[in-house]
Amino acid sequence: MKTVDARGLSCPEPVIMAKKALASKDSKYEVLVDNVTAKENVTRFASHQGYQVAVTEQGDDYLLTLTK
Amino acid sequence: METEVKLTKLAQCAGCGAKVGAGTLAKLLADFPTRYDERLIVGFDKSDDASVYVITEDIALVQTVDFFPPIADDPYLFGQIAATNSLSDVYAMGGQPRLALNIMSVTSDMDKEATQEILRGGYEKAYEADTIITGGHTIENPQPLYGLAVSGFVHPKKVLTNSGAHPGDVLILTKPLGVGILTTAFKGEMIQDQNLMNRLYEQMAALNKTARDLMVQYDVHSCTDVTGFGLMGHSFEMAQGSDATIHFQVSDIPFHKEAFEMAEMGMIPAGAYRNRHYAEAGVTADPSIPLAMQDILYDPQTSGGLLIAVNEKDAPKLISQLQDAIPCARIIGYVTEKQENAILLHP
Repeated sequence: MKTVDARGLSCPEPVIMAKKALASKDSKYEVLVDNVTAKENVTRFASHQGYQVAVTEQGDDYLLTLTK
Repeated sequence: METEVKLTKLAQCAGCGAKVGAGTLAKLLADFPTRYDERLIVGFDKSDDASVYVITEDIALVQTVDFFPPIADDPYLFGQIAATNSLSDVYAMGGQPRLALNIMSVTSDMDKEATQEILRGGYEKAYEADTIITGGHTIENPQPLYGLAVSGFVHPKKVLTNSGAHPGDVLILTKPLGVGILTTAFKGEMIQDQNLMNRLYEQMAALNKTARDLMVQYDVHSCTDVTGFGLMGHSFEMAQGSDATIHFQVSDIPFHKEAFEMAEMGMIPAGAYRNRHYAEAGVTADPSIPLAMQDILYDPQTSGGLLIAVNEKDAPKLISQLQDAIPCARIIGYVTEKQENAILLHP
């Protein structure tokens, strides 16, 4: 499973990174972000691409699990 | 002209998206001592666009300041947009700007021409607004910034605050929404369409002067410009300040259609989430309104249009006159007596 670490980045970079990763069309990805904007934006993007998004808080970070 | 260093790359947030949230500001300023003066008829307590101080029976002074980091790579356009945005707060109070001071910061590696082009944009817009730039202040800073401190005048009895809306009023918006989302998408290179961006820049550099000059001829009760807090944030302030409920017909709200797709793609600036956090509790949205459309309603606008609450009898004449000059102006909602929620979004 591919993991995208977009911590430390602000809008719109985390979505751009996720978009590049999703080009491989796998059925499962993990995306790590560290701010609400990135969490919401990556969730919107992945949902729009047909993925289910589960969010887990890990300290100050958010782990987004994308499945299709 | 394009500079070698891309101006927007030096900006951490784009334009009015850089604005600190409304809730944060109110808390920061809550405990400071301020002097009472009966001549100060609009001050910070009203969270309005500018302060208004009565000088004589016929003249009140309107003061405002605004600046932000580059929203465009072209320094001349950035200067125009920043100046337009600064002047807008005076128009939103129903006033006419007269004097302004430059507020500027430049990076150590910016060339002289870029700095001069930013200022040229500012001076040209000030000239168009019948306003004289009398001086200013410039410092070196890791991020470029530009804007104006503007003074203008208004008749003390004709001040248009953001808290004067009456039940029955009709709401008009004079510029389409989606600027924050589209500039974020452009920054992320998700949009390459230069024509679309040129349309946006043109919109942001368009003074709210015409809208102001037309609206003051009618029975307008309240006005604000839609900028960093987005349509929802600014109308939430209007609803609360007016002790009324604002209804929007969402399908009538003008927006750039490309912003809808970009919202679905997650190209939403941080400011939109701050605005949602600030106003959401006061907003009831019909469940049929898509999330992407709601995101557009919270999207911070740089140099946005005026939100005008006008007597319903005058609304048809005002909108028809506005649309002759500003074709994208629309009636987008109405005001009622206060209900449970401050804002209702109808499909």
